[in-house]
Amino acid sequence: MLGSIYAMVAVALTLSIGVLRFLNFSIPGLFMIGGMTAWASLRGGLPWWLAIGAALLAGAFASLVVERFTWRWMRGAQEFVPLVSSMAFLLLFEHLAVICWGSELRTLPPLFANADWRIAGLVISVPQLVGLVASIALIWALTLGLARTRLGRGLRTIAEDSDTALLLGVEINHIVPVVFLISGLFAALAGVIFALNYRQVQPFMGEMVGLKGISAMIVGGMGSVWGSIAGGLIIGVVEVMSIGYFGADFVDIAVYGLLLLILCVRPTGLFAAAFAGQRA
Amino acid sequence: MSGYLEGVLVLLAVNVVFAYGGFLPLAAGQLNLGLAGFAAIGAYSSAYLSNVFKLPPLIAIAFAGIVAGAVALIVAAPVLRTRGIYLALATFALGQIVQAIILNLEVVGGAAGYPVAAFIRLPAIAATATVVVALVWLLFATRFGIAVTAVHDDETVADLMGIDVRAFQVAAFALGSAIAGVGGGLYAHHFSFIEAQYFNISLSITIVLYVLLGGTQTVFGPLLGAAVFTLLPEVLRASANWRYVAFAAALIVLMALRPEGLVTGAQLRRLLGLARAQPRHAEVAAALPKEPSG
Repeated sequence: MLGSIYAMVAVALTLSIGVLRFLNFSIPGLFMIGGMTAWASLRGGLPWWLAIGAALLAGAFASLVVERFTWRWMRGAQEFVPLVSSMAFLLLFEHLAVICWGSELRTLPPLFANADWRIAGLVISVPQLVGLVASIALIWALTLGLARTRLGRGLRTIAEDSDTALLLGVEINHIVPVVFLISGLFAALAGVIFALNYRQVQPFMGEMVGLKGISAMIVGGMGSVWGSIAGGLIIGVVEVMSIGYFGADFVDIAVYGLLLLILCVRPTGLFAAAFAGQRA
Repeated sequence: MSGYLEGVLVLLAVNVVFAYGGFLPLAAGQLNLGLAGFAAIGAYSSAYLSNVFKLPPLIAIAFAGIVAGAVALIVAAPVLRTRGIYLALATFALGQIVQAIILNLEVVGGAAGYPVAAFIRLPAIAATATVVVALVWLLFATRFGIAVTAVHDDETVADLMGIDVRAFQVAAFALGSAIAGVGGGLYAHHFSFIEAQYFNISLSITIVLYVLLGGTQTVFGPLLGAAVFTLLPEVLRASANWRYVAFAAALIVLMALRPEGLVTGAQLRRLLGLARAQPRHAEVAAALPKEPSG
């Protein structure tokens, strides 16, 4: 389950890497905004579908703000300048959330009372199942959209070369916000799914998941959507296995050790053949 | 001197040391997000040396730099194979691994933290910081500075000019890590207690931000960046969270308006009267031979 959340965060990251060559560090912040907004609007008495909508809206809006102040301004600057700005956005979001809502761990009410299906001795939690299905469906829709639509074609052109795309009449300033919009939505939705399943949120919840999402993206191969999903699942499995074999203390050593190994041996990741645009 | 003022100045000195630890790799074009890991190596090794072997704090701190630098030299071979964003991520993974290993090292307290018996005050810390800054400035006044800048600007051209690109990259990486180790040692011996959780990714990011804020083109940038962001919040007297918000917002605006940082080479030369006068009209400027930028 955690694997599919990592995968969604990794997809959000990989979109901006694949199309814009921009490692967007604000995505863990957007993940947190999704989770915290869902919690806050549920506490405010909104029905669950409105709360999810509000969370997605907040994530998408925040992502567009990030676009305005990072990528759009700094297209010509040194390569890590937007990276630094997006880190600053992560700090900004986290501490604004602390100011708004305090830094304690908040608990969500169980949304769906008795939401477990019992089928032949197997217990399946409905929120988990819905989350899993929704994330797979969304990722599938995304790859289809990248391959088939006019927008997807524009994105793939930008991924090849943004200057050429401009010459060919692709409206970069209209299309790039869409990338941010989609990745913001994915990150916020991952946050909502996390919040509904684990029923706990706090302003720094994005860091751990976000860092693991970055690892998942690298393991799978930057820019490849299906690669990030595989990476998310691999990271999830490695976590569970290292807890099983070595104990919970060694989880981080195992995960980041794997990451470092892959970066040094095969920096393009396990499954990377091309950028997201070229082979979604 | 009041305890408060001393506390602020100690923090300033430690941050300046950290900033120069981040400056060296950045000047060579490497974004090192594992600085906190090297700071942790320095903090824990110096604390161990002064606790167990009863070394005087300053000598233990010098060893902290040596240990962190040595570790950096060892890992440089695989890590520096990567470049750009991959390098940033590899160093990031490295920092996380160091933190996770220390959390599991019972000999230095593991997750419970590690108390440090020896204690040093502001004068010793300030003196160490001054020595570090002076050494970096001296280093950059030599051929090393020019070579590192060349590697940063264009590796291929630097290589063609006969610069051993690889050697300078490793040197910048290891020296920066050693300086971060010294910073960690200073931190450990003043605050008397260290825990692995302090040396997290946020610390690495903050260090990098100090440097980029000040600017990587000149050796004065990190000093200014660290000073501004240590002292400004104290002057503003805001709550800790608003400080971070202001810090982040200022950084975003600054990166948008002045992506090369507060201090740049051209600006400094103009200030010191070393630059040629700039023509007032664009047509004249176009006709003149170009002044090398940077």
